[in-house]
This record gives sequence, structure tokens and C-alpha cells, in this order.
Amino acid sequence: MTERTLRIEIQRYQPEDDEPPYWQGYNVPCEEHWVLLDALNHIKDHLDGTLSYRWSCHMAVCGSCGMVVNGDPMLACKTFVRDLPDTVRVAPLSNLPVERDLIVDQERFMTSLSEVSPWVIPAGTPPEDAEYRQSPQELARFRQYSMCINCLLCYAACPQVGLNPGYLGPAALALAHRYNLDSRDDGRLWRAEVTGSENGVWECTFVGECSEVCPKHVDPAGAIQQMKLANSLDWLTAPLRRKERS
Amino acid sequence: MRTVATDMVIIGAGGAGLQAAIAAAEANPAADIALISKVYPMRSHTVAAEGGAAGVIKDNDSLDDHFHDTVSGGDWLCDQDAVDAFVAEAPKALLQLEHWGCPWSRESDGRVSVRPFGGMKNERTWFAADKSGFHILHTLFQTSLKHASIQRFDEYYALDLIVQDGECRGVATLCLATGEEVAFLAPAVILCTGGAGRMFPFTTNGAINTADGMAMAYRAGAPLKDMEFVQYHPTGLPRTGILITEGARGEGGILLNKDGYRYLQDYALGPPDPWPRKKAMELGPRDRLSQAFWHEQRKGRTISTADGEVVHLDLRHLGQAKIDERLPFVRELSRAYAGVDPVTEPIPVRPVVHYTMGGIDTDIQSATALPGLFAAGECACVSINGANRLGSNSLTELLVFGARAGRSAAERVRSAGHKATSVNTDACEAAFGRTTRLLGEVRGNETIAGLRDGLHEVMERCAGIYRDETLLREACEKIGSLRERFPALAIQDHSRVYNTELIYALELGSMLEVAQAMVHSAHGRQESRGAHQRLDYPERNDERFLQHSLATFRGSDPPAIDYRAVVITRFQPGERVYGGVPGAADSKA
Repeated sequence: MTERTLRIEIQRYQPEDDEPPYWQGYNVPCEEHWVLLDALNHIKDHLDGTLSYRWSCHMAVCGSCGMVVNGDPMLACKTFVRDLPDTVRVAPLSNLPVERDLIVDQERFMTSLSEVSPWVIPAGTPPEDAEYRQSPQELARFRQYSMCINCLLCYAACPQVGLNPGYLGPAALALAHRYNLDSRDDGRLWRAEVTGSENGVWECTFVGECSEVCPKHVDPAGAIQQMKLANSLDWLTAPLRRKERS
Repeated sequence: MRTVATDMVIIGAGGAGLQAAIAAAEANPAADIALISKVYPMRSHTVAAEGGAAGVIKDNDSLDDHFHDTVSGGDWLCDQDAVDAFVAEAPKALLQLEHWGCPWSRESDGRVSVRPFGGMKNERTWFAADKSGFHILHTLFQTSLKHASIQRFDEYYALDLIVQDGECRGVATLCLATGEEVAFLAPAVILCTGGAGRMFPFTTNGAINTADGMAMAYRAGAPLKDMEFVQYHPTGLPRTGILITEGARGEGGILLNKDGYRYLQDYALGPPDPWPRKKAMELGPRDRLSQAFWHEQRKGRTISTADGEVVHLDLRHLGQAKIDERLPFVRELSRAYAGVDPVTEPIPVRPVVHYTMGGIDTDIQSATALPGLFAAGECACVSINGANRLGSNSLTELLVFGARAGRSAAERVRSAGHKATSVNTDACEAAFGRTTRLLGEVRGNETIAGLRDGLHEVMERCAGIYRDETLLREACEKIGSLRERFPALAIQDHSRVYNTELIYALELGSMLEVAQAMVHSAHGRQESRGAHQRLDYPERNDERFLQHSLATFRGSDPPAIDYRAVVITRFQPGERVYGGVPGAADSKA
């Protein structure tokens, strides 16, 4: 196995020490095929047991190991050492409060997700002892938006998430859109109360970084622009709906 | 210490835990449910399941066929009453997920699509491309958010069950974010903590699959059943152990040795053609396929690579369009982690530890031997999988028995009529004691990595695909001595906030205890059945071992191993037959 020693500088923060975050460097002998997560595990096992970070699946599907690597949000399990320069700076995800070392507080996303009602709101009762019929074309309309692994790289990349602490954020909005587009769902107008509010889609200034960094090509920026359009049409047609109801 | 008095505690928020929580919330809307997990629900290992979930839905299929496939696939170690309940409730559970929005792949007429899977006579595996577990988990998690009575405690690590007067009264936990000790008190507790694959070095399992729940139940006196049965999935990527779904073979993929030969035909799984063909060749059961690899390696017919011995999983004949539609994740994983595009090259694969058939002994209502304690999913053993689980039965299992656990617990809450507001302090202190010791000043010279490496080495070498008396005796001795060394474990981190090193230490302790149950159960079973293969006892022995093993915790001593008869209702033990001519592949009674 070819080895290469990488200098990994990690932003450390331990709230119990009353010290501001600082950088700590480690020289890590890396095997050629390693991902950054393997290098962090080497540090944890052999160099410094106090380093804390989240990880589990090691296959880019559980969404635990998002971090900022040389300035870009990435999954540590899908960042290959062979693609990294000799010195790497690793920091926690931006725009979210740091709890310790590479661990950020994810409650903002969890709350935003709950607020957009990410579940099927059916028009009537579901078919008895049978599935809803959904054509492959209908599935294809929303499938991409259902691929979000909640890794929060998009929150770290989005300037609006940093500027407005109330903004629901790209992943939560993309998941709202996922249900809006699902042929089994009739909850779009209900969700629009939240997604069309001041903390919803109109906060997005279409920088598009969220889609750039998404490891699963979910394209939250596209979802948000489509929701803006739908939201505008809803606003224009709202008087008509009121008339129908009365 | 803080206490939280509630009606029901569910430990683990993967597929089984979320399903249990939703079922309990629906069965008893007035009950307060605390859903505790050491990770956020979306990180749970259900997320990594790929191929799909089995349930009879098509006209050409029947519950009887699903029953027979499962029982013969499990080499008759399945409890047949449990399998009957399982196959009967499977379709409803999968339909319910469909109603909740799971993006199942579809036929052109809008119905759900099913694919063939190993050991299954008919197509009955529902799938969402090759991210079925991911979509099931996220659908359940997102659906759970609409139930206000489900209160989540994300990133709380469960230390031990609180037991008083012979009943489970709650669980002692550590809040990872603060290090605070929190005792949850409730008349009903459900364990849904997943498997134990991380006790092996080469596994598809995520870092979190460390046998915590099994160990908690075991320490509290609930026996662990059939722990000797560990499933090797035949197709993992070398080095990382990343899973390449059986769905790849369900779609028509083939396995080739170094001569480009479909070697499975030499292991009572052929003839190779016509292909694809159910219950034959690459669609044989996982135990047989992994064992065939072992023999091929012995014969020098596997392919030597820098990452060890492999065979080739060839999907090229499926074509790019089908691979991209049905197996996009397989393509993504192969390209990223093996540097191979399955559209143009075969994928190197080898058997990899994947699933723990054994677990906490439960009845078919998901109740354990400890009153007040229930269990479901991979941590439990309700005995639908027997000696070898069929692929795509476990996602369905966590739905069916997760829901049963939720309903059983809801019923117990209703009959208890009140929250468990107090327990005696001794019971709580005992549960919190282990953490205090690890964090305290008493230090030895053992390290987490050192003990874990020792565990990995012995499990892989002595408790793998083939075992024998000498290896297993050595495994029993070595795991015993690792347990003796464990109290001398020293950790560097003595802080409270997100002390992941402390958690790794506690997880290691759990794995050592459960590994001991595993190797002693394996040592006791002097026969070969399903995934438990003994070179010194190559035959199945129904006279002695048509029985479940039950390992009971005995403190620092090795476990006591007892046996209980398998429940046989209508399908007498016979020979497992795979391959053969089309349509004739079935078990002989």
C-alpha cells in the first residue's frame, strides 16, 4: 500500500475549557485509497482520543459526516485522500452553532423540517388493501427531491442561512417540494402557509450554492425556484378560490 | 441525575423504532412516547439497506410460498407461528408505507414493482430503486413528525435498563450534548437498537451497530437467542465492506471466478441456464453463496487483488439504461469506492458480515422474558430468520414486528394505567455506575483500539463462515480474556460534552459481552445449519439441534447456554434444494 503523510489541521472546540476554537494539526500516514473519514478515525484511534465528530455508514447515505474541508462543505466519507493537497484544513459545517470540535447543532434543520409538514396529506382516504396508482412518470416528478440525506451541506453553503436565523433552509424546502409534487399528496396549499412565509422560499436569493454542494444532486435551488413560481400563482388566484368557496 | 416520567420508552429510532412509535401513537393516542436514539433517526442503519422488502402482492404469489421459502431458507430453525404472522402482515405493512409516501418503484400501470431475490420462489421484493432502506427510514421518520405524542430525544445514549422487582421500569441514558445523566421511567420499554456487525472487522454495518440493545437486555436477564447465526452477505466491496445489493443479482447479475466461470453451478445451485431463474445460481440463499466463495478461495479460483481475494459480480449485460434505472446506487458506490463502472467492468466482491440472525429472545407479540421489555428489528430474535435470513425479509420484519411491539407496549401502558414515576435509587445507580467508572480516575493501560483490534481478529479468524472446535474454543478463551482486560481500559477524554470516546468505550463493552454469547452459542452447536457451518460437524442434526440456543448472562463468567425446541406447525424439516430445473426448485419434505 502506498502511503502519504497528510497534514490535517482540525478546528477544535471544547466548551468546557472556556477557550475559543483553535486549530490543531496532526500528521496522518494515509493509505492511498482512504477517504478523509479514515484519516479522522486514525487520529481518533491512535493519535488523539479526544477528537469528536459524527459518522456511521461510511457509504454516503446516512448523512452524518458533513464538514468543511479546505473551505468547501463535504462528506468526509466521500472525500478521497488522493484528491486532497498535502495540507488539509477541516472545520465544522458553517452557519450552524458548533457544539464541540466538528459537531454542529442540527436542531435548526429538525425544527424547519417539522414546520413544512413533510408527510403525505391525502385528499381522501387511501385505497383499501391496495396501493395508490402512481405512474413511473409521476414518481419521476418528485423522486429527485426525495433523495435528500439531511447532511446539511446545503445549510453550510447557503449565505441566507447564515444571515437569517429563521430561514427554513434549502433541505427542508426541497423536502416540502417533494411532497407537493407527489401524486398522493394534496397538502401543497397547507404547506405554502409556511413555505411562502417570510422565512420560506422568498428568503432565497438564488445563489445556487446549495445545489452545487449537494452530494446527492437533489437540487434544492431548483425546488425553491419552482415553489416561488407556484406561490406567486397561488397568490394571484387566491381571490378566485375564495369566491368559489363562498 | 434527571428523571423523565413517561408512558413508553423506545430505544432506537431506526426502522423498527419509528414504526413502533407510530403504531403505539395510533393505538394509544393519549400515551406519551419517548423515542430515544444515540443518533438522529435519519442516521440509523436502516438507511443503508438497498435491495428491498418482501411481501406478497402479485397474483402469481402466495403467503404459503413466502412461508415455505422463509422456513426452508432458514434451514428449519424458524418458528413457524412467527413466520405465518410475518408473511400475513407483510403486505399490509408495505401498503401502509406506500400510503405514507414511500417512493416504491412502479410498473407502467402505476402498481408497485417487485423484483426477484435470493431464495424466493416468486418476485415479491418491493423496492425503491436500490435505496429501499433509505426511503423506508425517511418515510417513517417524516411520517412520525406528525404525531405530537412522540417526543424525540436525539443523541441520548442508553446505558442500561432500569429493573426493579423483576420488571423493566425504564432506561438510564446519557445526553450526549451535555453529558447529563437522564433516567427515563415508564411501564413499557421497547428495544429497537439494531445489530452487532461491528464486532467483526469486515462488515457492511455502520459504526453504530455495536450490539448496545442486545447487551442491555442480556445484562438485565433476558436471554439472547441463536446468536451463533451471523449472516455473511456474498457481495461486499473489498476493503470497505460496502454492500452491493442482492438486487443486482435479482436484476440478472452473475458471479464469476478468476476463469470467468459461474462457479455456483459447482455447489448444488446449478445448472447455470436458463438465467435469471428463481432459487438457483446467483439467486440462491446467502449462506450457500458465501460458503461457495470460501471453497472457491480454498481451490485457488478466486481473484487476487491488492485488497484481498475477490470474485466478479458482472452486470455489464444488463446495459446502462437498466443499471441506471434499477441500480443507480450500486453504480455510484462501485465507481466511488472500487474505481469500477459496472456498465463497462465487473465489480470485485467478497462475502462480508451483514446481519445478526440471533438477538433478544421475543415471542410473536415482541415481548421478551423480562416483563415490561419488548424488542423488535435486528436486535430481536422472534425467529422468522432461523439459521439464515432471506434477503429482503428484514426490512419487512422491522415493519411487522416493530408495529407489534408498539401495539403490545401500548396495551401494557393501558393496563398499567399510570406512569412509572419512581423507582428505587439502587436500580438507577447500578445503571449509571459503569459510565462513572470509565470517566473516573482509575486508569489502566488498555486502549479502545487495542481491545477492539483483539476482538476483530478473533471474531474474523475463529467465528467466520466455517468454524470448528479448536477455533471456537480459542474464541471463547480469547473473548473471555478480552472481557477481563476491559476494566483496565483508559480513555483520554474526561469531558462531558459529546464525549465520543466514552461512547466508543461503552459500545466496546457491549460488543465484548455479546461476542461472548455468540462464540459460546457457536461452540455449543455441534452441527452445521444455515449460516453456522462446522468443519467438524458438517451435517445438520435435527435430533439434537432442532432447537434454539439461549444464552443467559452470568456476570463476568461465560454465559449459560440452554436450548428450546423450534416451533414447527405445518412444514416438517426437509432437505434444502436449490438450482435444478426451472420450476422444480423447491424443498423436499
